[in-house]
Amino acid sequence: MAETTYLEAIRQAMLEEMDRDPAVVLIGEDVGVYGGAFKASEGLLARFGWERVIDTPISESAIVGAAIGMSYVGLRPVGEMQFIDFIACCFNQITNFAAKSHYRWGAPVPLVLRGPCGGGVHGGPFHSANPEMYFVHTPGLKVVCPATPRDAKGLLKSAIRDNNPVLFFEHKFLYRRVKEDLPEEDFTVPLGKAAVRREGRDLTIVSYAAMLHVSLDAAAELAKEGIDAEVIDLRTLLPLDRETILASVRKTNKLLVVHEDTRTGGIAGEIAMMVTESAFEDLDGPIRRVTSLDTPVPYAPVLEEYFLPSTAKVVAAARELAHY
Amino acid sequence: MTREQHLELYYFMRLNRELEEQMVRLFRQNKIVGGVYSSLGQEAISVGTAYALGPGDWIAPMIRNIGALLVRGFKPRDILTQHMARYTSPTLGKDGTSHFGDLKSRHVISPISMLGDLIPVMAGIAMGGRYLGQKIVTMTWIGDGGSSTGVFHEGLNLAAVQKAPLVLILENNQWAYSTPVEKQAALRDLADRAKAYGVKSAIVDGNDVVAVERTTREAVQQARAGNGPVLIEAKTMRMRGHAQHDAAEYVPKRTLEEWRRRDPLDRYERYLSANKLWDAKSKKEIDDHIAREIAADVEFAENSPFPPPELAAEGVYCEGCHTIEADWKRPKEEVMPPRSSVKAEWPMYLYSGNGARPPAKKQATPKAKPGKKPARAPVRAKVGR
Repeated sequence: MAETTYLEAIRQAMLEEMDRDPAVVLIGEDVGVYGGAFKASEGLLARFGWERVIDTPISESAIVGAAIGMSYVGLRPVGEMQFIDFIACCFNQITNFAAKSHYRWGAPVPLVLRGPCGGGVHGGPFHSANPEMYFVHTPGLKVVCPATPRDAKGLLKSAIRDNNPVLFFEHKFLYRRVKEDLPEEDFTVPLGKAAVRREGRDLTIVSYAAMLHVSLDAAAELAKEGIDAEVIDLRTLLPLDRETILASVRKTNKLLVVHEDTRTGGIAGEIAMMVTESAFEDLDGPIRRVTSLDTPVPYAPVLEEYFLPSTAKVVAAARELAHY
Repeated sequence: MTREQHLELYYFMRLNRELEEQMVRLFRQNKIVGGVYSSLGQEAISVGTAYALGPGDWIAPMIRNIGALLVRGFKPRDILTQHMARYTSPTLGKDGTSHFGDLKSRHVISPISMLGDLIPVMAGIAMGGRYLGQKIVTMTWIGDGGSSTGVFHEGLNLAAVQKAPLVLILENNQWAYSTPVEKQAALRDLADRAKAYGVKSAIVDGNDVVAVERTTREAVQQARAGNGPVLIEAKTMRMRGHAQHDAAEYVPKRTLEEWRRRDPLDRYERYLSANKLWDAKSKKEIDDHIAREIAADVEFAENSPFPPPELAAEGVYCEGCHTIEADWKRPKEEVMPPRSSVKAEWPMYLYSGNGARPPAKKQATPKAKPGKKPARAPVRAKVGR
């Protein structure tokens, strides 16, 4: 099969799931006739019609609310945020309505809310966010952050088939930059399972989404210096695959976490705590992290570059940790 | 309405009131874990509106709509055990008050405490039901205060553009906790909020159960016929505080006295007598039945255990414990290619005016005169109907 972009993989996942199951519908702003701001739903209206691909008013709370309602009658709606930054507008529907529904009264909410996140494209403070940790802190949700086309497709399919509200963060920097040969046949990638992307002995780098690629580039640099880094792609942040992280740390004895999300309250803190609780004796050095700054995402390219983690920053942190 | 239906309305209103009076007593005995939010004086709205629905329809009650839960078939024991946080409650003690529901048979959505959020959810159920070929109507309630929330407006607007079969009851009891309606909206009639969205509305005396039922029945028919959502403003008065802890001293005594004379149960009793729909004997039969029902359910609730502590850790995710299946009432082929396929282009027609409404008469699309550009007109799409 021809090389497929991350964006096309997402489109294919929706198309194939809608073909497979008439309960799957798409709802969002400009998702129909226009095919989505990034064209993630291009062709879906033509194929599935007005009832299954629903263009809405600019009302994020109503999009999520309506999707929750549809899920209560047995549908599997996929809601789109035009940019994930706007998820702040429907925070209440997600955290109080969808997330608590099954726990409170046993009513599952099988919905997916997906949209483009992340920086590196000079989107500025309102089109670059990585808001995953607001939701990782919300029991009842699942939070997925794919890094590759194969995962984007397989994880989105799993998310649509899951009985719980899944937030699916698509890194827009990767939309057209990463390509991969995908299998012709139907496949899924399970939620809640991390992947070891590069095996190594000297230290573990845990990352996800766009920073996975930065971490892999860093690992290649480090290899030239004789430092053998293992790189783990979390893929799902909630529920977190603790076992894969712990197994790697028990092998390498050193841990570096790399995320594009801001520093304070990022997943690095949770992972570090989890590792100190469960594998403290296995550590041969302090747990380190490379993250964005604790600021909004700035607009000017030079500022954004300063703000974001980079291969050089990851190499420097990993080198220091390897020599600790 | 038949005589039996008239008496059923009385039964639900009286049960609503007596059950809440019992809960107030239990609250004073410290047997209620959280709060009790009285609907005293508003029973005609909860009961009359829910009574106008069919068995396949859906509701999402607010905190003061216990009457609607009773109409949908929940029992006093469900409401008592919820308030008393017992393991036998519909939520097993995980949530309280009217925060429970039933997806399978009674079609009741459990509310959340944040106001307004039920409106887009019920619009979504209405849209989903229509997609599945069901002829359902959904109903929820909102207060005068709740109509100030952003999501009220987002939800009603979405329902309007989607022509969703939603009936929204705006229960104007004039107080949002301690804030009077004049400080919520600079409107004489909150029904006017519907006009902004092209939604039909009605105003009804919320203390007249017959009028409430009739008005709602018409709205439900409208919605079911595919004419879009309807908002009904039911004007009433909150006769107690926000909850039991609130003495509501901010409400003028004279206002309460005036509204006490309009008590919905007293009025309905007079109506039943004037129309010879009952006599003292039939009233006593119903009242005695309610007294026995409540006594039995209070006993059941008081003898019910609290949940096992470890239950706190369970049920965050649905891990195969529920089978999710839609109830299709139309052939699935209709929504699958090739039958679902359309031209991805807005089906548009031109019209004059400010764009708020299509022209009353069907007009042929004006042909552009050569050399003269037609004025740019807004477009209106017909989708998802």
